[in-house]
Amino acid sequence: MTDTQISTPDLTEADRRDQTARAEARAELWRGRARVALLGIGPVIGALLLSALVLLALGVDPIAYYGFVIERGLINPYGLQATLTRMGPLLLLAAGLIVAFRAGIWNLGGDGQFLLSAVVVAALCPLLAPHLPVWLVLLVGLVVGALVGAVWSVLPALLKAYQGVNEIITTLMMTFLGVSFANVLVKLAFRDPATTVPQTRTLAVADRLPRLFDTTVSSGLLIGLVAVIAVHLVMTRTAFGLKLRIVGANPRAAIHAGLPVPALTVAVFALSAALAGLAGAVEILGVQGNVRADWNPHYAMTVIPLVFLARFNGFGSIAFVFLFSVLSIGGESAARRTGVPNFFTLVVVAILLVMLGVAEYLDQRRRAAGK
Amino acid sequence: MSALFTDAFLTSLVLGALTAGIPLMLAGLGEQISEKAGVLNIGIEGMMLFGAYAGFLVAYHTGSIWLGFLGGAVGGMAVAVPMAVLCIRMGLSQIVIGIALTLGAEGLTALLHHFQFAQSYPRLPAVETLPIPVLSSLPVVGPALFDRPPIVYLAVLAVFVTAYVFRATQFGLALQAAGDKPAALDAAGVDVVRVRTIAVLITGGLAGVGGAFMAEVGAGIFVPFMTNGAGFIGIVLAMQARGKPLWVLCGALLFGACLSATTALQVAGVSIPTDVIQMLPFAAVLTVLVLFGRKASLPPALGTHYVRGAR
Repeated sequence: MTDTQISTPDLTEADRRDQTARAEARAELWRGRARVALLGIGPVIGALLLSALVLLALGVDPIAYYGFVIERGLINPYGLQATLTRMGPLLLLAAGLIVAFRAGIWNLGGDGQFLLSAVVVAALCPLLAPHLPVWLVLLVGLVVGALVGAVWSVLPALLKAYQGVNEIITTLMMTFLGVSFANVLVKLAFRDPATTVPQTRTLAVADRLPRLFDTTVSSGLLIGLVAVIAVHLVMTRTAFGLKLRIVGANPRAAIHAGLPVPALTVAVFALSAALAGLAGAVEILGVQGNVRADWNPHYAMTVIPLVFLARFNGFGSIAFVFLFSVLSIGGESAARRTGVPNFFTLVVVAILLVMLGVAEYLDQRRRAAGK
Repeated sequence: MSALFTDAFLTSLVLGALTAGIPLMLAGLGEQISEKAGVLNIGIEGMMLFGAYAGFLVAYHTGSIWLGFLGGAVGGMAVAVPMAVLCIRMGLSQIVIGIALTLGAEGLTALLHHFQFAQSYPRLPAVETLPIPVLSSLPVVGPALFDRPPIVYLAVLAVFVTAYVFRATQFGLALQAAGDKPAALDAAGVDVVRVRTIAVLITGGLAGVGGAFMAEVGAGIFVPFMTNGAGFIGIVLAMQARGKPLWVLCGALLFGACLSATTALQVAGVSIPTDVIQMLPFAAVLTVLVLFGRKASLPPALGTHYVRGAR
C-alpha cells in the first residue's frame, strides 16, 4: 500500500520525505525490538547450555533431564496446569518488584512480606470460612494479605524516605526477621490444635480460589496477569508512573522538580510490599490452603532475576515467569525421577543472570563501536 | 534468675558468642574492605557459603584443618573472581551480580552436597585448641576465650592488621581513595580497577575463611544454606562500623552472643523456640539502624562503576 502511495504523482516532495522517514523509523523500531528479543533469548539459550555442562559434570544426561523437565512442566496436561498455577503468585511478586525497581528502590524483602502474609491469611481464613460466604472470605484474605505485606515494609520505607538508610540492607533484614517471625507464629500462636506437626489450620478445598474452567489452574493466575499488566501500564503510561520513574532515575532532579520524594518513596514501598503480600495470600488461598512450619519457597529471591531479565517490562516478566515455572515444576518432578534436586533451578537462574549481564555488556560495546 | 548466671551458662554464652561471632567478623571485615574501595559486595553470602563447602570438602579429604581453611579462602575467592570480572572490569550492576552469585553458590553447594554427602552426612573431628598460658586458667572467660583453636586468634589478629593497613599503608590509602574519589586515585597514577579487584579478592578470601570456620569449627559438618544470612549480617556490620575494623569485631561478638543465646539458654534449662532467638540479631540490626541510621556513612563512590576518563 505504501508503495502505491509513494508513486502517486499528486504527493508533494515533503510528503514523500515524511513517509520515507516514517518507514525508516518503523524499521528502526523493529530492529530495536529484534535486538531486545535477541538480548532476552540469547542469555536463556546460553544459560541452558552452560547448565547442561553442570549436569554433565555431575554425571547426569542433560538431554534426558531437560526432556523430562519439558515433558513434566510443559507438555503433560497436569504439569502444564501446575505450571500455570505456579505463575499466579510469581507474577504478583514480579509486579511488586517492577514498581519498586522502576522507582529505583531495591525491595529485596519480598520473601518476608510474602511469608508473613501467607501465615496470617492461613490463620485467618479457615476461621472465617464457617461464618461468611466463600467470596467474602477470599476477598478478606486477599485484602488482609496485601495489608500485612505493606505493614512489613513500613520500617524500611520510613528509614529510606526520611533517614536515607540503604533499603537493600533493611529489606533483607526484614526478610530474615519475617521468616523467623512467621515460624514463631505458626509454632506458637496460629498452630492447628488438631494436628501433631506444627502447621496452621487448613482452608477446605471448596473454600479456595475458584479454578479456571474445567482445569486445575487456580484463578490466582488471572489475578497475577492483571496485576503485572496493570503495573506495567501504570508505570509506563500514567503521570504517577512517570513521577516514580523520575524518582528512580534521579532523586535529586526529582526534588528540584518539586516532587514529594519521601512520600513517593513510602508509596512505592507500600505498593510493592502489598503486591508481595497479595502473592502470599494467593498462594495460600489458591494452592497450599495452610502453612507448615519452616515452609519458605524463596519465591521473591528467584523472581528478582526474572524481572531483571525482562528489563522491568511487564510482558517480558510474564514470559520469563512462565519459563521459570516450567523449569521449577518440571524440576520438582525430575528431582523425584532423575535424582537431581530442585536446587539445580537456582543454578540455572544464577547463570542466566550472569549471561544477561554479559549480553548487555557485549551489546553496549557493539553499539559503542558502531558509533 | 540466679540459676541463669551460673559459671556454666556464662562460659557457654561467651564461647558461643565467639564461635558464632568469628565468621560474622571475618565477613564484616571483608565487606568493609570492599566497601572502602567502593564495591557493594552483595555476593558475600555466596562467597561464605562456597567457602564453607570448599573448606569442609578439603578438611574432610585431607584431614587437615589448616588446608581446610586454605580451601575455604580459595573457595571464597573463586566466587569473588566473577564478581571482579563482571562488576569491576565490565561494569555490570553490583546488586544483580551479587544476587546471582549468592543464588548460584546456594544452588551449586546444595547440589554438590546432595551428590557427595547426602547419604552419609560425614562429620569432622573436633578441632584441637591452643590454650594460652596463664590467661586460659582465668575463671569463666579463660576457657571460653583463651583455650580456642588457633584460627580464632589469627582471625582477631586480622582485625588489627586491617586497621593498620587502613591507617598506615599506601595500599590502605589507595583503598580509601578508590571508594571516595576514584578519579583522584587514577590521576595519581594508581589503577582503580586493580585496587578494587584486589579488595574484592581479599573479601572473598576472608568471607571464605569465615564460611570454612562455620563448617569446620562451628558445626563440624556442611549442610546446604548453612550460612543462613551471616554474609548479610556482615554487610550490616561493615556499614555500622563506618570504616573502623575494631567496631566490626565488637559488633560481631554482640551478634554472635545473640545467635548463640539459644544454646546457652538450653544449658541453663530455659527452652524457647530457636526461631525466637534467630530473630534477635536481625532485630538488633534494625534497632541500631533506627537509632543511628543517619550516621551510617558510606563511601561516596560505593556501588558505582569507574570508567577512566568518563565524566
